[in-house]
Amino acid sequence: MRIEDILKEAIFAISANKIRSGLTILGIVIGIASVIAMISIGQGANLEIIRSIEGLGSNILTVIPGAARVGAMLYGRGTAQTLKEDDINVLKSIDGVLNVVPITQRTFQIVAPNGNNTRTTIIGASEGIFSVREISIEKGTTFNEEHVKNIAKVAVLGKNIADDLFGEENAVGKIVRISGINFKVVGLAAPKGGAMGLVFDDMVYVPITTMQKMLAKSEYLTSILIKVERKDLLPKVQDEAFLRLAEKHRVDPQNPDFSIISQEDVLSTLTQVTNVMTIFLASIASISLLVGGIGIMNMMLTSVTERTKEIGLRKAIGAKNREILAQILTESVLLTFFGGAVGIFFGWLISLGISKFAQISTQVSFSSIILAFSVCTLIGIFFGWWPAQKAAKLNPIEALRYE
Amino acid sequence: MIECKNITKVYKNEVETWALRGVSFSVDEGEFVAIIGPSGSGKSTLMHILGCLDTPSSGQYFFEGKEVSKLSEDELAEIRKKKVGFVFQMYNLLPRATVFKNVELPLIYEGLPKKEREERVKQALKLAAFPEEFWFHLSNQLSGGMQQRVAIARALVNNPKLILADEPTGNLDSKTGDVVLKTLIDLNKRGHTLIIVTHELYVAKYARRIIALRDGQIIEDAPKEKAKSLKLIKE
Repeated sequence: MRIEDILKEAIFAISANKIRSGLTILGIVIGIASVIAMISIGQGANLEIIRSIEGLGSNILTVIPGAARVGAMLYGRGTAQTLKEDDINVLKSIDGVLNVVPITQRTFQIVAPNGNNTRTTIIGASEGIFSVREISIEKGTTFNEEHVKNIAKVAVLGKNIADDLFGEENAVGKIVRISGINFKVVGLAAPKGGAMGLVFDDMVYVPITTMQKMLAKSEYLTSILIKVERKDLLPKVQDEAFLRLAEKHRVDPQNPDFSIISQEDVLSTLTQVTNVMTIFLASIASISLLVGGIGIMNMMLTSVTERTKEIGLRKAIGAKNREILAQILTESVLLTFFGGAVGIFFGWLISLGISKFAQISTQVSFSSIILAFSVCTLIGIFFGWWPAQKAAKLNPIEALRYE
Repeated sequence: MIECKNITKVYKNEVETWALRGVSFSVDEGEFVAIIGPSGSGKSTLMHILGCLDTPSSGQYFFEGKEVSKLSEDELAEIRKKKVGFVFQMYNLLPRATVFKNVELPLIYEGLPKKEREERVKQALKLAAFPEEFWFHLSNQLSGGMQQRVAIARALVNNPKLILADEPTGNLDSKTGDVVLKTLIDLNKRGHTLIIVTHELYVAKYARRIIALRDGQIIEDAPKEKAKSLKLIKE
């Protein structure tokens, strides 16, 4: 028997009872649509996380004081004071390192001349922060090397801070007071949104020297950003930096007084969480798929019983058991496959609806479509197997006599 | 062409039922045989074995010199597909399918390409004297006589050596029954071996040889002219 004939026979059989086939397919449609929609929510969340991590800049290692365990999400002891300016030179000498940015950050009151004020995070950093964190400037300029060297009292304001302090006015060139010291606003950062709990638009950037000498009055660093040339160099640079810093700090590498976190690690931890969420959502949705599959089996059993005589005849004129088996299986797989196609379409519509009306980002990926089709085929085979076996094993003589 | 040697068939349910108790005969190529007997005499069982739908409990059955009583289900299906054509009392057509498709069905299982199938279906329908204007009608819209001619066309589309007809006129009035019989006799004249199972005298009278069964045994095997058992069945 040719494959095209098996298909034609199956379509012929399914179309014989369109309403029943349609209603049975509905179970699969609902099942697949909900699985697709649920996976799209999970993958949307995943995508959101990847986007926000990438928003921190790409190919970056972060050195923080204290110990950290990425697996359990314990990120250092923020108060430990172990990182210093001279660690920078050690890190800069490592092959593959493009830039090293020291950061000291504190929270201070910031006041505009018109009296508006707010409390926010002041980032003291070298001029490299803007390129490493990929912060672009909307108005004015960034501070430069000279400013850092000269302990200049200049600041770059995040979008929200500029709005809070100056409203519609142009903030560039104005003076703000941070912790009682006057700073000249040289630039406005373009809106960037947030990532990983950091709201970039709420930050104010000042030269690291100014921060250490005038604001924090401390030479210790909050963190060090290491920008690496290429992604594939990250692990190598991470290991090298770890050893060099441990040597410099004269600490046992087993028990270091600092940690180096790669974005990859953070990303993988966070995507682990969303993956679990995706699997959880999808498994709840699969229950309806299971019910749909049972519906298919039920219909196929009825249909085989109804066609007992026909199957007997097919066998009498020479159909082999496996040809009957193939025909019935093809019918159930076609049903689930078609149901799957319709289900994917509706699932996609639902996910569009969710992202439009519930403001949750969703993503229907190619892999989830492939997954849906494979699951449909498996369901078709799994739930069609018993009815198909039943049909294939019919005794032709008894089947022909069946009324 | 076919040969039965001491064939028995026992059905074992709650009680043992002996449908055939040692049947032996042979049929040559091109013969026209009527198997007659009252109901329960084992004619249907015998026909199922002859048509390779079933295997005997004991004894041997040779089809073209090859013993088939020990073959597997698939091997039996292969013989049915290539060498046997069935005509049933109840026609057994696919009701929702066209005449054409019904006749085509055995060829689909043979895996022939579309073009060749169509040629052979046309040939078979012509041989079965089936009017061309009804070729694409649904089979359940036809009269009984027409349906039986579709079944005959389906039986001969594979160009089988052996055509087995089980009460082919049982559901037809005598006039249409005659037409159907004439079609079958024509096929026999073209060289197909024809075995008809019947309990009707006027059907049996067309045959050249009569095999009469009673209680699972052959009570007479003779040319029609000499067959005494013909007198035993009703007109």
